[in-house]
Amino acid sequence: MGLLSKKDAKLILDPLADNNPITIQVLGICSALAITAQLKASIVMAISVMVVLALGNVVISLIRNIIPSKIRIIVQLVVVAGMVAIVDLVLKAYQYELSKTLSVFVGLIITNCIIMGRFEAFALANGPWRSFLDGIGNAAGYGIILIIVGVFRELLGSGTLLGIQVLGDPITKTGLYALGYENNGFMLLSPMALIVVGIIIWVQRSRNKDLIED
Amino acid sequence: MERRTDKNLYTILFAIGMVVVVGSLLAFTAEYLKPVISKNKRLEKEQNILYAMGVNENDENSAVFISTELVDEVFAKYITKQLVIQNGVTTEDDQAYLIDIKKEQAAGKNDPSKRRLPLFVGEKDGKTFYIVPVLGKGLWDAVWGYVAMDENMIVQGAYFDHKAETPGLGANIKERFFMDDFIGEHLLDEAGNFKSIEISKSNADPTNIDKTDNEVDAIAGATITGNGIAAMLKSDLQLYLPYFKTLKNN
Repeated sequence: MGLLSKKDAKLILDPLADNNPITIQVLGICSALAITAQLKASIVMAISVMVVLALGNVVISLIRNIIPSKIRIIVQLVVVAGMVAIVDLVLKAYQYELSKTLSVFVGLIITNCIIMGRFEAFALANGPWRSFLDGIGNAAGYGIILIIVGVFRELLGSGTLLGIQVLGDPITKTGLYALGYENNGFMLLSPMALIVVGIIIWVQRSRNKDLIED
Repeated sequence: MERRTDKNLYTILFAIGMVVVVGSLLAFTAEYLKPVISKNKRLEKEQNILYAMGVNENDENSAVFISTELVDEVFAKYITKQLVIQNGVTTEDDQAYLIDIKKEQAAGKNDPSKRRLPLFVGEKDGKTFYIVPVLGKGLWDAVWGYVAMDENMIVQGAYFDHKAETPGLGANIKERFFMDDFIGEHLLDEAGNFKSIEISKSNADPTNIDKTDNEVDAIAGATITGNGIAAMLKSDLQLYLPYFKTLKNN
């Protein structure tokens, strides 16, 4: 990569696989379970988290030398909550439709442990540019898992992808449903998200034995 | 050695400074954007009411409103009368669509005669629609909507929305496949008594052919949201029963 040094590229690529925030660091599980019943919601959440995490990382990194260490968690919380609230207000004023789609995600973003986790573990000790890359990388690693889980849950649970019926119509019995296939309603519930995440972790660790802890 | 940022005085000053800066930033943004946001909300109400009576730009699968630029004009064209019913007395009020249902529900809690009930009369293709706002509780937060009926309380269209239902589950109440199921459903039973519409998990009628069963098909994984919608329809729509009765007698 010409644009990024090898060390910087690692910041983006590592969280995609061997240091994935969900499957390795086990952060952000709550939102991964809550909103992955549909692929569209997963994508929206992944993008929102990327924006918030990248910008938040930069802000925290810029003020890292003046943050009192005793109250640093509170400062991080205020930064992310303030930022999300302001963006939400601006969207409400100028992009009302979009803001309605996103409003349900706002609470989930602020309480997402990946965000606080990256502030604490990375942005407090690194410069703004590297923090920005770290934010993009971790949000992308989070987003990939969300999208994988979303694809499985929407396809097997509702027989659709992005709301388009790919397996035929379950009510008028066309396509696969004509052969007796049924949607698995259990896929739409949170426990199945946990099981899908578990399967991803299993696959990942059996491919790369270094990830297995004793 | 203790760093400068570890000192108690510094910590307190930083906390105060941070609260002042972030607080005033938020207050300033909120105040500055308030007029635009409240206009958006007003237009949205008009869009919702029009949507319920079938004035929308729906394509095959998605729900599309009249655009915000046109909605004021279209609203004035289709909505012929806005009424407020209080204690059995009906008055006209062209600001009725701005009535806050939440406040009215609170006012009517102890004394039902204090509650004002807005009702919008729309005309389209020679047909009259009676549109009523409803408000209730879903799983996480408020759910609300507008129900358009004919004079026999047969649903002609419905629009539902929510504040924070789970995307992919409860949030599906604002999808076409759910809202469209209400069209044609009867709110009264055969004897003419108010029965409302249940959100049923066991109605054995997923294509919703039977319109007189007072049931629509529930959404999988959204039981509590569905129950909230059913409860909201029952409690808010029956308040309008006296109005529909007088309508029939005339």
